[in-house]
Amino acid sequence: MEYILIFIAAVFVNNVVLAQFLGICPFLGVSKKVSTAIGMTGALTFVMILATLVTFIIQKSILNPFGIGFMQTITFILVIAALVQMVEIILKKVSPALYQALGVFLPLITTNCAVLGVAIMVIQKDFNLLESLVFAASTAIGFGLALTIFAGIREHLELVDIPKGMKGSPIALVAAGLLAMAFMGFSGIV
Amino acid sequence: MSNIKILTNGLFRENPTFGLLLGMCPTLGVTTSAFNGMGMGLATTFVLVMSNLVISLVANFIPDKVRIPAFIVIIATFVTVVDFSMQAYVQSLYESLGLFIPLIVVNCIVLGRAEAFASKNGVIASIFDGLGMGLGFTISLTLLGVIRELLGSGKIFDITIMSDQYGMLAFVLAPGGFLALGFLIAAVNRLRKTN
Repeated sequence: MEYILIFIAAVFVNNVVLAQFLGICPFLGVSKKVSTAIGMTGALTFVMILATLVTFIIQKSILNPFGIGFMQTITFILVIAALVQMVEIILKKVSPALYQALGVFLPLITTNCAVLGVAIMVIQKDFNLLESLVFAASTAIGFGLALTIFAGIREHLELVDIPKGMKGSPIALVAAGLLAMAFMGFSGIV
Repeated sequence: MSNIKILTNGLFRENPTFGLLLGMCPTLGVTTSAFNGMGMGLATTFVLVMSNLVISLVANFIPDKVRIPAFIVIIATFVTVVDFSMQAYVQSLYESLGLFIPLIVVNCIVLGRAEAFASKNGVIASIFDGLGMGLGFTISLTLLGVIRELLGSGKIFDITIMSDQYGMLAFVLAPGGFLALGFLIAAVNRLRKTN
């Protein structure tokens, strides 16, 4: 039950993009087509779960016992950057097909603040390992949900007659605002 | 290029928020009030200036292949400095900015300037570039914070402008951030064209 609550809260109520403003750059950057949005979601889910697992273990087994919690930011960002690079290399060797699909998105994920944000958040919220992994997976799914819906909207926006000054990013931001307003309807569920 | 020109380049022409659309997460996340926006902007300015300074000094000694990780370590160091200084001296601001302070490390503006400017230019020019970009970022965040605070709760910097019964709560919450930024960028685009 507890895990279902974490899932619903992370996907709908506290949606990572629309309520917490994390990962806005890829949200605006790779949301022009539904197909790329789905690819990005796959890559992000994979990296986010892996990154949360590794940073969680490092926090509990190295940073905490040695009392060097102040190294958290530096350690986490380095671990995430190294991890992304490693995933890229392994994927290239093991599964070229998957690499073809996700490859281009992997370098972008290093600077996705949602990954670092989730890694820090699970430590702050004092989750245990399983809760952390469920939280990471549901956050990634929430990101994917928002991104896919938004990409669908933007595909339609291409065809619409929009005032000149609003073309491009302004109209995308306004659309995102309306989407966020729709997601506010979920608040209070959990 | 003179240092003054580098400074104003970041402030107006290549303003990171309105011109380049970088650093969107903190831009939307912390601008619920003008004060928070300004605090976040100044914290980022500090990190930008210091990391630009150090990176311009050491860039020649770092092998090209490990450039990015080395830059990230330098940036993360200064982010940690800001994190603990703010926790010590401005506790209330630290609490309202929360998660976004450690996240300065993944702010694309900081790494972007390190890569695009500081690694190729001298120390003095890099400091001015960091200062210009940082203040440009601060101005945009403060402006967005002022708009959202005024529309959301009828105050600017906690000074009541209009009675809060006219406040639209949505502007303090998530949707208002997107809407306000969207219209602000549209307005800036319009102003740029007429110039």
